[in-house]
Amino acid sequence: MTREEIIKEENKVYARPALLRDDVMHYCPGCSHGVVHKLVAEVIDELGLAEDAIGIAPVGCAVFAYNYIECDWIEAAHGRAPALATAASRLNPSKVVFTYQGDGDLAAIGTAETIHACTRGENIVIILINNGIYGMTGGQMSPTTLEGAKTATTPYGRRHDLNGFPLKVADVVSLLDGTCYVTRQSVHTPAAVRKAKKALTKAFLNAKAKKGTSFVEIVSTCSSGWKMTPEQANKWMEENMHKHYPLGDIKDVDAKTN
Amino acid sequence: MKDEIIIAGFGGQGVLSMGKILAYAALENDMEVTWMPSYGPEQRGGTANVTVIISDEAISSPVLDTYDTAVILNQQSLDKFEPKVKPGGVLIYDPYGIHHKPSRTDITIIPVEAMEATIETGQAKSYNMILLGALLKMRPDVPVDAVVRGLKKALPERHHHLIPVNEAAIRKGMELVEAAGH
Amino acid sequence: MKGNEAIAHAAIRYGADGYFGYPITPQSEVLETLEALMPWETTGMTVLQAESEVASINMVYGGAATGKAVMTSSSSPGVSLMQEGISYLAASELPALIVNVMRGGPGLGTIHPSQSDYFQATKGGGHGDYHLIVLAPSTVQEMADFVGLGFDLAFKYRTPAMIMADGIVGQMMEKVVLPPQRKRRTDAEIAEQCPWAVTGRTGGRPRNVVTSLELDSAVMEKNNERFQRTYREIEKNEVRYETKYTEDADYLIVAFGSIARICLKAIEDARKQGIKVGLIRPITLWPFPYDAIREAARNVKGILCVEINAGQMIEDVRLAVSDAVPVKHFGRMGGIVPNPQEVLDALEKDFINPTKA
Repeated sequence: MTREEIIKEENKVYARPALLRDDVMHYCPGCSHGVVHKLVAEVIDELGLAEDAIGIAPVGCAVFAYNYIECDWIEAAHGRAPALATAASRLNPSKVVFTYQGDGDLAAIGTAETIHACTRGENIVIILINNGIYGMTGGQMSPTTLEGAKTATTPYGRRHDLNGFPLKVADVVSLLDGTCYVTRQSVHTPAAVRKAKKALTKAFLNAKAKKGTSFVEIVSTCSSGWKMTPEQANKWMEENMHKHYPLGDIKDVDAKTN
Repeated sequence: MKDEIIIAGFGGQGVLSMGKILAYAALENDMEVTWMPSYGPEQRGGTANVTVIISDEAISSPVLDTYDTAVILNQQSLDKFEPKVKPGGVLIYDPYGIHHKPSRTDITIIPVEAMEATIETGQAKSYNMILLGALLKMRPDVPVDAVVRGLKKALPERHHHLIPVNEAAIRKGMELVEAAGH
Repeated sequence: MKGNEAIAHAAIRYGADGYFGYPITPQSEVLETLEALMPWETTGMTVLQAESEVASINMVYGGAATGKAVMTSSSSPGVSLMQEGISYLAASELPALIVNVMRGGPGLGTIHPSQSDYFQATKGGGHGDYHLIVLAPSTVQEMADFVGLGFDLAFKYRTPAMIMADGIVGQMMEKVVLPPQRKRRTDAEIAEQCPWAVTGRTGGRPRNVVTSLELDSAVMEKNNERFQRTYREIEKNEVRYETKYTEDADYLIVAFGSIARICLKAIEDARKQGIKVGLIRPITLWPFPYDAIREAARNVKGILCVEINAGQMIEDVRLAVSDAVPVKHFGRMGGIVPNPQEVLDALEKDFINPTKA
């Protein structure tokens, strides 16, 4: 069988999502961003939102998210994505606005904007990539860094007496009346990827239906920041991150009424 | 014609609203007007004052150091503003709670027993309108009917039923000045 | 009406799409008036009380990026908090209107009037090489008029504009003629007038990305050169000022905003005493009327710069006249507003009769 014989439409089992641009990503090998980008691109495409989606990019590793997903984007100042999303969504109610943020951006400098967008029930999707570290600036402690984890600013491991406890931000926003859907997912296995995609789909549909704020946390790896191989990072995440940040839906307004 | 007026007293005595009603009345009368308050926490019980300038020409400075007319509602304001009335000017004050009476001889000083009058009528909230009446009597640049029209603009509609009470208080203030021989 | 109320009315009448603000004395009436007028029921304008000034300016950034006419207002400490967002707006070449009803600083300072944010507004304020178009109203009428002017200039040059008022003109009431009600632009009009706007890839057009980030230094320098070209254009076209009694003046007062009116009264009093004083009032603080001041100063013996601060605009006045004429400053601080007599006294002490002092 020749190569030409294999490359045929009927043999195709996988393709790059239509809205994922054909650019070389700057993400490190093993990083969860690439997978989540692909999922976001797929969901926007599959829901027919290519002409309605407005993304708000963060400061952090995903600062260049706008280079990869083929939709309109605004690049926010550090932590302010939910404020931008609030205005973009309110002023353009027919559009679907989502933010894509890391844990430093969303849960440290942007805590106020996150909490208040959620409590106002802005009709937006907030996507949190929680890898427990500042990847872009070189691996410093973030609010979600686990106790004991060594980072550039906790070289002997995070200690709650010195650095406080890791922040469970999804649990916090689930308490707010404005959120309609709060879930915690991961993308370390094909099964988890499928679940995460389902969660993102639900979140985008909620925003379109103006049900309130949907908050999708993806517990992620940062093999470079954690100083592990991608494989080790996945394992470490399962054994440690998932214990502190258990996966699954935390709040689903629809599930309650059903 | 130009009248540079300071109204001063405790916050809550209706100092700013007296000035506001006068300002609206002057506007109703097609005059130029500025209304410049002291603002902030002072409005809540401290000393409050407002500068109102009424003129038939464009007004430059809304902030002044001397005044043609002063309406004074407490001792601190009397101490502060008595020296700032221009020679030949008018100082109207309520003697209630005043221990050191004004003493200048180069200005016209008119005590108006407004507090006494509200105790008689039981209309405590129209206190400031009695003093406004006194001012209008001494400075008849703005007619009373313009003030009534101004009241309609300054007051929310739900308070419009109070306009007759306020008008009566204005007339009372005018009578008090008249009775004092001015 | 009050200057702050005039801002709110004028914003609705301009057809503004959104206002995002946070309470702070002495400008809270802007937000209060907008909430009371409920423009979302009439023009469809969005009004939102944000959780902070930081959120407000970033909402403005988000809204402006979608091509909408959006604004915020605050007072000095709040405007300090907004500086990062203002820098992003400038860098992303977004039109927006920011109102600063200045109060005395530094720090929490005082709620009383001041003009001590002149440097912040005209020299940058936030990080990076950028300018705002800065309009300084001296009357309630100008508070209303500059909303439309500010938005128009912001959209013309794709750069944020600021109305730099102070507690006096914000809090005072005087006569004002409001502009006629305009319709808000439709989404189709915005797509046509603002092809750069992030509106979703409507009609399958190529995507729009609003960002201030550019890691390729060569490209970033080009971006900066483009900003600077815009600023030169603005300097060429948009200088605004007012002169009074300058033709025969022996002395010149330069003052902006409400203090210019206090100076005008001082000047009129001086002229009654036979002292010929003129006034030049910069209306745009950036671009600054350097040429007009140089021209007006040609035959005067001295210039008094009157500001409610420790002397900020005086640096631009000195640049304008390059030591050809002595320039002195008079001002009060801490929220104290000088009265006309104090201005006259300063003029006498500095120029007319210096030995007396």
